[in-house]
Amino acid sequence: MSGPATVQPSRVTGVQVAAAQRTARSLGRRRVVNTIMLGVMYVAALVAVLPLIFILWHLAREGASSLSLDFFTKMPKPVGEEGGGMANAIVGTLVLLGIASAIGLPIGIGAGLYLAEQRGTRLANTVRFLSDVLNGLPSIVMGIFAWQFLVRPLGHFSAAAGGIALGAMMIPLVTRTTEEMIRLVPVSLREAALALGYTRWRTSLAIVLRTALPGIVTGALVAVARIAGETAPLLFTAFGNQFWSLSLDEPTSALPLQIFSYAISPYDDWHRLAWAGSMVLIGLVLVISLISRFVTRSRFGGGGD
Amino acid sequence: MTDLTLASRRPTPSPVRSMTPVPPVPPTPPVVVPPRQHAEESAAPVVRIAVHHLDAYYGASRTVRDVNIGFHDGQVTAIIGPSGCGKSTLLRCLNRMHETIPGARTEGEVLLDGQDVYARGASPIQVRRRIGMVFQRPTPFPTMSIRDNVAAGFKGFGGTAPSRRELDEIVERSLRSAALWEEVKDRLKDSAIGLSGGQQQRLCIARALATGPRVLLLDEPTASLDPISTQKVEELVYQLRGTVTVVIVTHNMQQAARVSNRTAFMLGGELVEVAPTSALFTTPKDPRTEAYITGRFG
Repeated sequence: MSGPATVQPSRVTGVQVAAAQRTARSLGRRRVVNTIMLGVMYVAALVAVLPLIFILWHLAREGASSLSLDFFTKMPKPVGEEGGGMANAIVGTLVLLGIASAIGLPIGIGAGLYLAEQRGTRLANTVRFLSDVLNGLPSIVMGIFAWQFLVRPLGHFSAAAGGIALGAMMIPLVTRTTEEMIRLVPVSLREAALALGYTRWRTSLAIVLRTALPGIVTGALVAVARIAGETAPLLFTAFGNQFWSLSLDEPTSALPLQIFSYAISPYDDWHRLAWAGSMVLIGLVLVISLISRFVTRSRFGGGGD
Repeated sequence: MTDLTLASRRPTPSPVRSMTPVPPVPPTPPVVVPPRQHAEESAAPVVRIAVHHLDAYYGASRTVRDVNIGFHDGQVTAIIGPSGCGKSTLLRCLNRMHETIPGARTEGEVLLDGQDVYARGASPIQVRRRIGMVFQRPTPFPTMSIRDNVAAGFKGFGGTAPSRRELDEIVERSLRSAALWEEVKDRLKDSAIGLSGGQQQRLCIARALATGPRVLLLDEPTASLDPISTQKVEELVYQLRGTVTVVIVTHNMQQAARVSNRTAFMLGGELVEVAPTSALFTTPKDPRTEAYITGRFG
């Protein structure tokens, strides 16, 4: 008969085995849960990009046939005539984006710099809050506003009014990204510049803003891409134009407006052109996004990587 | 000056020094300011910076309390003390960096070459241009090349801007002074953030030295560096003796002992004691100093 000294270890071993079995079971369950959750996330990620893939595929199917050199170089043609393009709308969109950027970027970047530099002050907090409100403003309201204060007093629709409406929409977007990007610049860099004898404004511009620049450029391009497709603010301002116009004082066409008016028309020809226009618009946004990616990766890119 | 003589002149060799092979140090290049006789050897040391009754506040809290101290010309003065004792704040008061923090203010006098940097009408910009500063973490400007980082102190100051060729010479001289030239001479146009932490810190020292300041403030310059980089920075500080007045804040008492001529001990915002380094570490006058250096607190 063996003494308790030999029984004891075997009992302990039994407990250990049971514990090990429990661990193995729970480990098995964890693996299963892990696999399922991973699968769910893969599906979610796929579904997230599915709309884009579907839209691109559909656009290509519907619009590619109408897309030709003529589309970029020719003017719209009357109903029933074959061919024709959207040259005026493409140029109009570029003009509108130019006006909007000329207004939105300097004001937005300046305001963002102010918010980042004067972080805690009451005025800065107020400006930040109002900027967020402006950001959430429905674009149609912005259009009505521009109509009330620009179109009505002047008595006619104009590219300038459209550009200003779009520019006003850009301001809060650019302001917030600029502020975020500048906040990413370490305080130690600012101190290093000050300690070298840099003045405050020089520190802000030459060191802080310069370091945050790739991020700010990216933010600016994202804002441009964002407003490139806006239709509502243009309905009562730029209005649309079937003819060629480079004057800022006259109504101008724009891709979203042209797409809108062609899409609600009853003609198949025009529907196809609307699809083609959509393709070009998405292409434009895609190109802008690609440029912003490129800028972020450029030499000496701060904040980014 | 070779590395051997450097090592032999140190009061207390560090354990790191004896364990790691010492990399060959290039012959000491001429430093920015023409060398003069070591102040420690001359009879009466010239006081480069004199601090009188200095108080520094963050909002309502008084971090530096009635400090009086003189920093001798051409000497290295170390400021030691436990965390939060106000040593960094005192340092930042010397070149008016303290006031860049919102709510921070100072009272008292800081005389740089006899002129109060806090006098009415005195420009903080002018003060900071005459006093170089290096911080705890390396702060190279990430958008600039190595060369442009060193030359950054000359940008945008109008009239007296040096020519491109002069600037190239200044950059080389400063990088040699910071013992970095050999490592970066072939990639001066590369981004400064490609350098290692220790190299970045020496780059910051080169940047601070480029404009030829008579005073260099070092705020725990080796706190974020590995032992080898620390050693290089310490050697550099040692070599600056006699040419630049150095004030170094450090947590590390061995470091203070290795690099400094004089050591000041601070506690609770007050300057407890300042004495020649060997005297302070062997025969401290104040019991609090003794308690600190023997490791009884802090």
